[in-house]
Amino acid sequence: MADRKMNATPLVEIRNLKKYFEINEGFFKTKQLRAVDDVSFEIMTGETLGLVGESGCGKSTLGRTLLKLYEPTAGEILFEGKAVKGKKELEQFRKKATMVFQDPYSSLNPRMTVADIIAEPLTVQGYFTDEEQKKKRVRQLMDMVGLNTEHAARYAHEFSGGQRQRIGIARALAVNPEFIVCDEPVSALDVSIQAQVINQFDELKKTLGLTYLFISHDLLVVRHISDRIAVMYLGRLVEIGPADEIYDHPIHPYTRSLIKAVPIPDPDRAAADKEEGLKGDIPSPLDVPTGCVFRTRCPYAKDECAANMPELTDRGGGHLCACILK
Amino acid sequence: MSLLEVRDLHTSFFTDAGEVMAVNGVSFDLDRGQTLGIVGESGSGKSVTAYSIMGILAANGKVVSGSVKFDGKELIGCGEAAMRKLRGNRISIIFQEAMTSLNPTMTVGAQIMESIGLHTDATGDDIRKRALELLGQVRINEAEKRLKQYPHELSGGMRQRIMIAMALASDPDILIADEPTTALDVTIQAQILELMKTLQKELGMAIIMITHDLGVIAEMCDEVMVMYAGSVCEKGSLRDIFKRPAHEYTKGLLNSMPSLEKVTSLKPIRGTVPDLLALPKGCAFAERCDETMKICLRKKCPLIQLGDDHFSACWLNVKDRGGEVNG
Amino acid sequence: MEDIKNILSEIESSDFDKASDEEKKSAVRERPSTTFFKDGLRRLSKNPLALISFVLIVLVTLAAVIIPFVWPYSYDAMLGNVPGKSMDMSYNNLAPFEYSRSEQLRMDQGEQVFPHIFGTDASGRDYFIRVIYGTRISLTVGFFASLIVLIIGLIVGSVSGYFGGKVDLFVMRIVDIIYSLPDMLMVILLSAVLKESLGLWIQGTVLESIGSNMISLFLVFGLLYWVSMARLIRGQILALKEQEYVLAARVAGAKGSWIIRKHLIPNCMSVIFISVALQIPSAIFTESYLSFIGLGVNAPMPSLGSLCSDALNGISSYPYRLVIPALVISVIVLSLNLFGDGLRDAFDPKLQK
Repeated sequence: MADRKMNATPLVEIRNLKKYFEINEGFFKTKQLRAVDDVSFEIMTGETLGLVGESGCGKSTLGRTLLKLYEPTAGEILFEGKAVKGKKELEQFRKKATMVFQDPYSSLNPRMTVADIIAEPLTVQGYFTDEEQKKKRVRQLMDMVGLNTEHAARYAHEFSGGQRQRIGIARALAVNPEFIVCDEPVSALDVSIQAQVINQFDELKKTLGLTYLFISHDLLVVRHISDRIAVMYLGRLVEIGPADEIYDHPIHPYTRSLIKAVPIPDPDRAAADKEEGLKGDIPSPLDVPTGCVFRTRCPYAKDECAANMPELTDRGGGHLCACILK
Repeated sequence: MSLLEVRDLHTSFFTDAGEVMAVNGVSFDLDRGQTLGIVGESGSGKSVTAYSIMGILAANGKVVSGSVKFDGKELIGCGEAAMRKLRGNRISIIFQEAMTSLNPTMTVGAQIMESIGLHTDATGDDIRKRALELLGQVRINEAEKRLKQYPHELSGGMRQRIMIAMALASDPDILIADEPTTALDVTIQAQILELMKTLQKELGMAIIMITHDLGVIAEMCDEVMVMYAGSVCEKGSLRDIFKRPAHEYTKGLLNSMPSLEKVTSLKPIRGTVPDLLALPKGCAFAERCDETMKICLRKKCPLIQLGDDHFSACWLNVKDRGGEVNG
Repeated sequence: MEDIKNILSEIESSDFDKASDEEKKSAVRERPSTTFFKDGLRRLSKNPLALISFVLIVLVTLAAVIIPFVWPYSYDAMLGNVPGKSMDMSYNNLAPFEYSRSEQLRMDQGEQVFPHIFGTDASGRDYFIRVIYGTRISLTVGFFASLIVLIIGLIVGSVSGYFGGKVDLFVMRIVDIIYSLPDMLMVILLSAVLKESLGLWIQGTVLESIGSNMISLFLVFGLLYWVSMARLIRGQILALKEQEYVLAARVAGAKGSWIIRKHLIPNCMSVIFISVALQIPSAIFTESYLSFIGLGVNAPMPSLGSLCSDALNGISSYPYRLVIPALVISVIVLSLNLFGDGLRDAFDPKLQK
């Protein structure tokens, strides 16, 4: 970790980021939903950080808060070492950080042509005054993600799910960003199409030197695409480290059971895997356990776990884990 | 005789835009206590096959031809009354979205007891006893308390357990599970799959597992049927399909899956699924296949026997044997 | 395995040659692409009731627009009252296709006289052209009132829906207050008050030619009936703004006005059109009953409602004078409603299979 820090600068850094929502619980009564609670990490230039967790763990909220789509309740977001705070910084940030969304259907406006959708960031940011040049850029982007440029005048619904996701990627690339938050970009796609899109992400990263925050609940996909992986549970970061470390030597009991629960498409492995899985349900994010958030499902939970959420501690090699287990 | 025999099933939906040929000649057998996995991508016809067997197609859907024999009795065209006796009684189905399958204004208990009352001869106190027994079977603790709760008070995994309990009310011979864990988180999915395996051992029913997830198939099934654009590409034992895939689509599907062990580059299948309104004349997969031959475009390949119960509908298998097929 | 042997006998060895990419492409059958709009039109064209209604609306509208230009009689000309001559009472209260004494004379001399298809009213005005003119007024009121409702509803609804929070809370409470008012009573009170004050206000301006009553009608609609439109649009916007394409626009750095204009309003357009189509008949209805109770358009301008009201005086002798405008109202309102329903069935995505 020390070496890395010296060689590479973090492109994106979040410090103690918190995002709480006020949920109405009847008249005049609100309850706090701690979607993201005190999360810190950094993403190096050219790196892909995978963010995994189950539904309600706050991974999508984290991605959106990081892009300032939600105003953070507390904490800091740094881009290229500078805090993203004022209006001017935000404007600059929008030109360098974009997003690819989950749903290939709802993420494209059905009343706009593909060319207009891809050009939207350019139009909004006032990139080109010359229409011809803008069109050229759109064609270039369509080419880059493997779309037929002749289809620029078509509407999104004429495309299949995989092609729609490519349109979304082209839009995210329009302003030539350095950093892209990918929010479950392949979850809605069929397996064969999913592989096409994952390869597309890989290729773009190589050619354009992009940095990704790759959010997904699919551990197989995250494992494939990420350099480092962060695991979230109920708004908290429980483990973070290099991808191989996380998968081969998971420390946190939650990470361990998460990896074990993934159905492996291999009959030999499936037959060999007889260990018992995680018991119980994920608590409601409105009703987070005190102390360690995982203790209600943890097979190793002790009395002391109820007292405090353990801090993330370094276990060597840049592998951090928030658990009392050694 | 198998418990369920499906022969050359064709199902279409008649829409404004034309005839959507969702299932085109599906045949398979299901034996007692067996788990058959039907795997395929969206639009492959895997769910429609199940709905055709159950007779629960949407209003514009129709079984055009083919036969479905359950316990020797023909189900296609046997009438709604006969089907209703069978449905939820000897053949049960559970769906992906447990929330929408449950009535939000009724307690879970009332719904389970209703389903017991409908499908068994039990009355009065026996129904309640049976409901508690069922909840125990699907490993729901504090059963008494759960009976009084409404669906929205339960978690997704718990709701799916309730659905399974209701499906088991009448001790069915066949349980059809249509993407039962797709909406669930991995740790909950693992619980539900484990539960289904245990229940099958205890109750001895046959399961048809419909899913897009090859991982779920590998964990659950004995026999696998791979579907593409309404047709069966390949069927065989779990090992046949995963270790000796003989259809280019099956191979492509397996190569598309990222692996947990090591990061290798993925080999995706090019292109997209064909339009079910305008299916090609030959093999539906020909356009996306790397090995397409002239014959593939001209003629759909029938299922060709490769091993004991390993069948594949790919002309390459014929070519590899120099045009010889051992009967 | 017999059948497979049969199949094999038909195959030549060249069949196992690799197919070229062109051959593969040619095997794919493509379907003509349709747009949402085309799809909707196709569904609409399969609905005979809506189509007939549409044709009726077009016919009635065309008639109301064109006929007054070509008709030999004017809506406000009392035919028996020719300057410089004594009043010819025989023009009053003619039955359909009946002629006055002087017209009879002219016909006897071989002159062509245009018939009074619906007869004349008590002041000797041609009733057919009055009905046509009344239709014109009613349609105009219906159309413009709906337009006003649409504009106010669209602005208030989209702003309230998009910005949410305190703005939304404030606007929606106003909407609730207006909703809770008894609208019939408010309409009557408002038009009574506005009629008085407006008359002085608009004196000498262009607006005077439209008449204070007409303007007060529009104002009443503008003030009262925008609320349901605003609510509808707010609901639509609330649902639409959760769509990921709106988030995508925000990531791109788009401002609120851009998002409302480019993303939100275009996507609730179909719902808006449908509800405007359904709003028109309700405006026509309101205009009719206001005219009926004497709060409608200024005399001698006829509207379908005031025609009905006038006809009440001679109901026993000339019942058709009530029946005709009442029938026209019914036809307009019914066909607009049926057409609006048809539009909704064809274009509302929620009702689609």
